Amino acid sequence: MAETIKKEEKPVADKITVGHVHMSGCTGCLVSLADNYGGLLTILDKYADLVYGLTLADVRHIPKMDVALVEGSVCIQDKISVQEIKETREKAAVVVAVGGCACYGNITRFTRGGQQNQPQHESYLPVGDLIKVDVYIPGCAPCPQLIRNVCVMAYLLLKGNKDQQELAKKYLTPLMLLADRGTEACGCDLMYDVVNQGLCMGCGSCAAACPVRAITHEYGKPNVNREMCIKCGACYAQCPRSFFNFDVIPEFEGIMDAIDAALK
Amino acid sequence: MPLMRHSNEVREMAGELGKYKLCVSARSADKAILKRAQDGGIVTQLFKFALEEGIIEGAIVAGPGDEPWRPRPFIATTVEELMSASGTKYNISPQVSWIKEATRSYGLDKIGIVGTPCQMQAVRKGQLYPVGLRDVPDKIKLAIGIFCMENFSYQSVKQLVEDHAAMKMEAVKKMEIGKGKFWVYGQRGQVVQLPLKVTHKYEQPGCHVCLDYVANLADVSTGSVGSPDGWSTVFVRTRNGDDIWSKAIAAGCFETKPIEQVKPGLELVTKLATEKITKNQKTVEERAKFGVNKSLRNPYLGPK
Ligand SMILES: Cc1cc2nc3c(=O)[nH]c(=O)nc-3n(C[C@H](O)[C@H](O)[C@H](O)COP(=O)(O)OP(=O)(O)OC[C@H]3O[C@@H](n4cnc5c(N)ncnc54)[C@H](O)[C@@H]3O)c2cc1C
Ligand code: SF4
Ligand code: SF4
Ligand code: SF4
Repeated sequence: MAETIKKEEKPVADKITVGHVHMSGCTGCLVSLADNYGGLLTILDKYADLVYGLTLADVRHIPKMDVALVEGSVCIQDKISVQEIKETREKAAVVVAVGGCACYGNITRFTRGGQQNQPQHESYLPVGDLIKVDVYIPGCAPCPQLIRNVCVMAYLLLKGNKDQQELAKKYLTPLMLLADRGTEACGCDLMYDVVNQGLCMGCGSCAAACPVRAITHEYGKPNVNREMCIKCGACYAQCPRSFFNFDVIPEFEGIMDAIDAALK
Repeated sequence: MPLMRHSNEVREMAGELGKYKLCVSARSADKAILKRAQDGGIVTQLFKFALEEGIIEGAIVAGPGDEPWRPRPFIATTVEELMSASGTKYNISPQVSWIKEATRSYGLDKIGIVGTPCQMQAVRKGQLYPVGLRDVPDKIKLAIGIFCMENFSYQSVKQLVEDHAAMKMEAVKKMEIGKGKFWVYGQRGQVVQLPLKVTHKYEQPGCHVCLDYVANLADVSTGSVGSPDGWSTVFVRTRNGDDIWSKAIAAGCFETKPIEQVKPGLELVTKLATEKITKNQKTVEERAKFGVNKSLRNPYLGPK
């Protein structure tokens, strides 16, 4: 597996183009991307050109790009946001919803407007309610290492050789299926889609994943404090009984080596 | 997009016993560990070695909880704490719930974790798809898996011990599943054995779709099956596991015997693994036609 990635010569000329599209989010997702530190610099050096980004690239209009990383939900009372998200879909080959707000609304699900200086902005929708989204990276804030893995895999999918494309496709498939699954998430998903389905085996991953510690385990099964849940979707996506792909995860050793090698 | 590949196909690729570099029968060379251990004390001994060598700064183990025989995951950072957790508790200890606590709240950069095969699956999924596990993936330095046919809720075990075996939970010295029976050993020397057909209905439902018996995704996995009493069967699986295991052997931590020279050996392990996986694979398939044109979810096909 390490070979799969390594055998590609460093293809500087063949970088992918990436943009960061900022909707209604707190910039925490962007900070998570940046939290890859050296890894981010390697990605930008070897694999990706940043062609759009509010704070990072001096470009006013959304350009054509391979991958759009969208942060935040879309305020439907804000014409520019609605326009930009539609444009993103037209201009980007792959749209990735990065973070709970873009995927599921997250904390912006609770907005009711009334905030200065745009008190009329009260309705925020997950990106997938307005355009088709290809890949989900749930979580609040999303995890830097998952953003990194998805970036590397997106690169391999678009520019890699046949084996690399195959690996990238397999890796990204569950994150694509999550995008297909819908735009609503809650700690209750653990009940509906895991425990109620007779699938929970009490590993505890959901509790570890929750950013607000809304989940505890009572006699081995998750108990969600629904008042605390911010609807980020991390728990369900982390649960091995939401998805467990036997054609990828058992190869963890090789894939982790390969990602490390790619970022050296 | 194609669906994720069918688990069956992949199982055939990896084999029932998973990938491994080495398989031996072993036990700890430390009498104090053996005295408290479930089997050959592999888990406690290997963590102790890793802790003393600085390979890990702590290990997530299943320690004593609020009620007798109810485990609670915690991060052991001393040998005493490790020792306090030895022995098998046949009910759920949500080990992975501590993985972020240990690395982020306790700030440990190098951790160990012991768990059932499904918990090892959770750890590896967490490393490849760290959705809510910021900065966790590279801090897991030793994942020890224990073989597992099934697990129980606390209430199930209580019912087995108190109703079926007529013993008080606090009076139990050891529980064990082996040789086709569920054994309950009392503090006063009494022994009760229950046939496994009594225990089946109490099993955790989630175990019935489990396709791993010998913790295929651990660095090192171990269980009693295959080896004589007081000894353990050990699979050394990853490069990392191999590295730590060889150092522990060089340091004299374990006595070992070639697995080919012990009875019942790998043949029994393979038989049980095959039985478990075949049975559960069938359950997974039956779930697809559980209702009238309605299926139950299949996690191996995706998150929908
Ligand atoms: C539910 C369950 C089912 C099992 N089924 C089988 C089987 O079918 N065949 C087989 O050969 N072996 C099985 N085992 C494993 C076996 O009982 C021993 O745990 C294993 O051989 C390790 O023994 P040891 O002497 O090396 O470990 P020890 O040194 O005694 O340490 C045991 C370690 O396991 C941890 N532990 C105890 N209970 C749990 C738990 N509930 N969840 C997670 N970690 C725990 C403890 O924290 C401790 O660190 C099962 C274990 C469990 C928990
Ligand atoms: S329970 Fe926690 S992890 Fe799950 S959706 Fe709610 S906030 Fe997110
Ligand atoms: S993450 Fe583990 S404990 Fe939580 S719902 Fe899923 S299987 Fe159950
Ligand atoms: S049988 Fe499988 S799902 Fe159940 S506890 Fe054991 S490893 Fe986990």
